[in-house]
Amino acid sequence: MTSEEAVAKATPLSRRTARWLDSRLGAAGFARKALDKVFPDHWSFLLGELALWSFVILIATGVYLTFFFDASVEEIIYNGSYVPLQGVEMSRAYASALDISFDVRAGMVMRQVHHWAANVYLATTVVHLMRIFFTGAFRRPRELNWLIGVGMLIFSIVNGFVGYSLLDDQLSGTGLRIAHNIALSIPVGGTWLASLFFGGDFPGPDLIERLYVIHILLLPAVIIALLGLHLALVARQRHTQFSGPGRTERNVVGERVWPTFAAKGTAAFFLTAAVLCALGGLAQINPIWLYGPFRPAEVSAASQPDWYMGWLDGALRLWPGWEIRLFGFELPTPFYPSVLLPGITFGLLALWPFLEARITKDRDEHHLLDRPRDRPLRTAFGVSTLAFYTVLFFGGASDVLAVTFQTSVNALFQAFRIALLVLPPLAGFVTYRLCQELARRDRPGASTEAPRVAPAASDDGADNRRQIEPEDEPELDPASTAGVPRG
Amino acid sequence: MALRPPALRAGHLRLLPVAVALVVAAAGLLGAQAQAAEEDSDPLGYVIDPAALDDPATVADGAELFRVGCVSCHGPGGVGSPRGPGLTGAGAASAHFYLTTGRMPHTGASDEQAIRKPPAHSPEEIEALVAYVASLGEGQAIPHVDLAEGNLQEGGDLFRGECAACHSATGAGGALSFGQNAPSLDEATPVQVYEAMLVGPGQMPVFSPTAFTEEELNSIVLYVETLQNLGDPGGFSLGRVGPIPEGFVAVVVGTGGLMLVVFLIGRRRTGEAEPASQPVRPADTVGAGR
Ligand code: HEC
Ligand code: HEC
Repeated sequence: MTSEEAVAKATPLSRRTARWLDSRLGAAGFARKALDKVFPDHWSFLLGELALWSFVILIATGVYLTFFFDASVEEIIYNGSYVPLQGVEMSRAYASALDISFDVRAGMVMRQVHHWAANVYLATTVVHLMRIFFTGAFRRPRELNWLIGVGMLIFSIVNGFVGYSLLDDQLSGTGLRIAHNIALSIPVGGTWLASLFFGGDFPGPDLIERLYVIHILLLPAVIIALLGLHLALVARQRHTQFSGPGRTERNVVGERVWPTFAAKGTAAFFLTAAVLCALGGLAQINPIWLYGPFRPAEVSAASQPDWYMGWLDGALRLWPGWEIRLFGFELPTPFYPSVLLPGITFGLLALWPFLEARITKDRDEHHLLDRPRDRPLRTAFGVSTLAFYTVLFFGGASDVLAVTFQTSVNALFQAFRIALLVLPPLAGFVTYRLCQELARRDRPGASTEAPRVAPAASDDGADNRRQIEPEDEPELDPASTAGVPRG
Repeated sequence: MALRPPALRAGHLRLLPVAVALVVAAAGLLGAQAQAAEEDSDPLGYVIDPAALDDPATVADGAELFRVGCVSCHGPGGVGSPRGPGLTGAGAASAHFYLTTGRMPHTGASDEQAIRKPPAHSPEEIEALVAYVASLGEGQAIPHVDLAEGNLQEGGDLFRGECAACHSATGAGGALSFGQNAPSLDEATPVQVYEAMLVGPGQMPVFSPTAFTEEELNSIVLYVETLQNLGDPGGFSLGRVGPIPEGFVAVVVGTGGLMLVVFLIGRRRTGEAEPASQPVRPADTVGAGR
């Protein structure tokens, strides 16, 4: 044995592999730099990761499902193992979804994890968006990444809808029919759009195949590309941080990627996987075998879309049914709640960073985050918007609520219509006053009537030392005014 | 005097709640079993023997019960009143359905929906009342349910086509206009399902034996029975009312749980005693050239 061999033997395989790779790719320098990067530590910065990991689970389970799903509307006679539908005529798409549920090994749990992951992915995305919004992380220079995020949200909502529409059961067919009507209600390009998506009349013969390509290829590719950009921009522009001791606009205080932040990320991944698998294994979602094959003439009571479309459904139900002529066009009823409202919603969402900069005349760069209470107007606006969409969501659930609580669905509609006008301003007002009060208590010197030594516990839970007075902080960047209430 | 048994010390007392819980659970199980046994003796939900309805003594008992409990709304001899419809053409099926589902005697205002509740009368009293109402005039007889004659797949198709619009495809129920609901079909016995189709209670239309064959009606009953006993192969059913509770679970349990998890992970300061601080060179700051 030569000494070189002896050394090789003593070196662990992993290190040898790393060296082998490095000598060919020169990756060590980059990797070291990446691993040494400091990531600010606040738990809410992991919310985006939850969305990321849910998305990973979504892709993984989705790939498994593509092995067995047959996107065809060809009519066949079902002869799988679900007895109540044996001998019933249905599309291949629906039959293969039944097969996945009852005859494919682990098919049921994969289907359910996939569906739960979609619901959780969108929910964590929205929570992540709320964090960005309420802390002002979208401000210059990160407006671009905000736009990318809004894009991902829209594409993900659409892909979620397309996904549960593929199965060609009664519920998904009902949803598609509504979508078809919505498309038709768009003034100029509506008919064209409807025929593009639906391939002529509804239900068209190519519909499922077309949706399938959109669902597994087109939109995932777009979302993954945007996701790559999103993460690259986070790395390039570095992460924002809350203000605190030693934290300025020109540094990042926190934990190095290796090992601390990487460990947290890994833990977040496994825990996300665990929660989604638990849901998929324990809680039934979208029992398509009960809904039956899609028959255009039929409709079931309590037909709702998944939650992330629920606000749209609610808007459709709560809209009083006025038809208003606009610019000489006769606009069909669905136009306002289901075309105009989402248009305003996502338009406002996308343009928010620019609108806010215009209103506050603050066009500076910001790497230190706002605390929501220090920006009472923005926070109040955000909360009242959330209240608006929450009421819409419950409006969509009116009939289920009416049966569950034995009340009249018409009375619920009226109640939700009133709530839609009353609750958002009320929630906004309460939030505004709450923010003002909290900010006032935090202000050093304002504690004359409150004889407490320490300022109120901060909302990041990590440390209370964050509220330092400006003169205590020698390295405070003159440009940085974060931490000083401005609202 | 040791009134208390020596074995029962404070330490054991702590186990008391556990013991109580166990006893309650056992009693609950036994009760459920007893109920199941009771149901088994009457699998189709006939509380009475249809043959007994012609017995004049039973009819007389029924007339007396009717005078006490029903006349106030349905009028003497069931001729009807502003508070309740006439029963002269109601028939045995209607009376049996309304009484065994507990809808009668009605407890609300006359324009309020009669809802399912535990029957107010014993099986013998129901038998007598049904016999009396049947004696008031021609009407549907209590149907003879034959599940073996039914075809499950055909029943499913018919159910989704005829009933799902109101009761939902899963049988969980649905809302109708003006405060009325199509109830969940979880509890209806086969005979009650058949009777509901013959009678058309409240806002429900009549599915008459002229429009549907007896075999088709039996198929529908068989499908409803199957829905009740199918179980949920996917796990907890979440009420089988579709995406609303699913969304609720995804947002509150799934996302809420995950947020709690990252809160616990993220709050923890691992390893490094002092947080690392990394200066950012101006060149690294995108757009810093302002
Ligand atoms: C408080 C008033 C009230 C009382 C008491 C009452 N009913 Fe009724 N009953 C009604 C009303 C109102 C309806 C119609 C409700 C509906 O169709 O849902 C009705 C419907 C019925 C029907 C169905 C009629 C049809 O056309 O099929 C039957 C049968 C009936 N009642 C029997 C009885 C019997 C038997 C009793 C006594 C045990 C009774 N009711 C007590 C108010 C009452
Ligand atoms: C137009 C809507 C509608 C349709 C269609 C309909 N139902 Fe009903 N159903 C109702 C309503 C409303 C009630 C409650 C009646 C009342 O107010 O007492 C009801 C009650 C019932 C009940 C009594 C449930 C209980 O537990 O007390 C059964 C069983 C039932 N329906 C079965 C069926 C079946 C089977 C079909 C299809 C053949 C069907 N229904 C179709 C509206 C409907």
